[in-house]
Amino acid sequence: MTVSVSPPRSPGDLFICFTLTALQGFGGVMAVIQNELVERRHWMTHEEFIEDWAVAQISPGPNVVNLALMIGTRYFGLRGALAALAGLITAPLILLLILALAYARWGAQPAVVGALRGMGAVAAGLIIAAGLRLLGALRSNPLGMAMCAALGGACFVAVALLRWPQPYVLFGLGAVACTIAYRRLSA
Amino acid sequence: MYHRLQAIERVNEMIVPVIGWADWVQLLAHYLVFSLISVGGAITVLPEMHRLLVVSQHWLSDAQFSASVALAQASPGPNILFVALMGWNIGLNAGSTWLALVAAILCLVSVLLPSSVLAVLAARWGHHNRERRAVRAFKQGMSPIVVSLLIATGWILASANGDPARDWPLWAVTAVSALVVWRTKVHLLWLLALGALLGAAGLL
Repeated sequence: MTVSVSPPRSPGDLFICFTLTALQGFGGVMAVIQNELVERRHWMTHEEFIEDWAVAQISPGPNVVNLALMIGTRYFGLRGALAALAGLITAPLILLLILALAYARWGAQPAVVGALRGMGAVAAGLIIAAGLRLLGALRSNPLGMAMCAALGGACFVAVALLRWPQPYVLFGLGAVACTIAYRRLSA
Repeated sequence: MYHRLQAIERVNEMIVPVIGWADWVQLLAHYLVFSLISVGGAITVLPEMHRLLVVSQHWLSDAQFSASVALAQASPGPNILFVALMGWNIGLNAGSTWLALVAAILCLVSVLLPSSVLAVLAARWGHHNRERRAVRAFKQGMSPIVVSLLIATGWILASANGDPARDWPLWAVTAVSALVVWRTKVHLLWLLALGALLGAAGLL
């Protein structure tokens, strides 16, 4: 399961990786970033990804942007953060503006509408898969599997089924979970 | 773009086409604040943006607003780029492609700058203090919640597939891609391409 970790070699490496990752991210980069950083490039383990993702998620701003900044700054300081952010944003922004011009002309075509629907459905599946892959990393969590299942289950019900606003769930359940973890870690 | 704008202006006569310097400053100042309150991504402040851009200032039409979000989501890259696309459209409404380009970049920078500074500082502090009990408790405690949140996000996006009884092919595509990516090493782009092809062929 665990493979040896080989972190990025240079800011240029960060720029290229985040450019390639961003360009695969139809329907959002969240769906592909775990796959690229952990499974393909082995920059970090599942556990490390979850830890960084937690910080990226709880900070204001887009979570993939936060994650890129965090990884960039860890390895190469401010230069790394800027390289990762530039990679994530530059090529997709140029592409988006070109697409906006094209969409104004052909956006109403049924084939285009259909293709977008199809890609949207796949992207939803990719995000679910990213979550499923990370489940295994919870085995080593000090909360224990039962507590993880209870907290994760409550979060899913609140966000996906009851549609409560994400920030409330994140901070509410998060406060409970962190308090329990704090107690367990003392032992 | 020109035809589309004409069509939109016919639908919504309310757009204020000329935006002065004071308006740009006001717009960017709002974005700086949105950035700091956007926990969970800029999507969470979408209602506030709609109120500012469409309802109160009439810088964008309703159709332009929704199309910006939809297009940025379909296009590869972070969804936050919808902010740049809205800036682009505001600039086009105000009259020129150059203005559109400058507006797109300024809007994106404003919405990213405060949250990015915060993320970098948080990352440095967290890494420096990673052995502290409180930091470890935070990361370990949040783990099951953020993993569950990923699955929940996918579920919410899948719900946009529509009624499972009628739109079952879309749901099937979501389920199959989740299973394939979870269990195999098939490249994600193949799945996205297949989804696009099936959709373009009218099978979904």
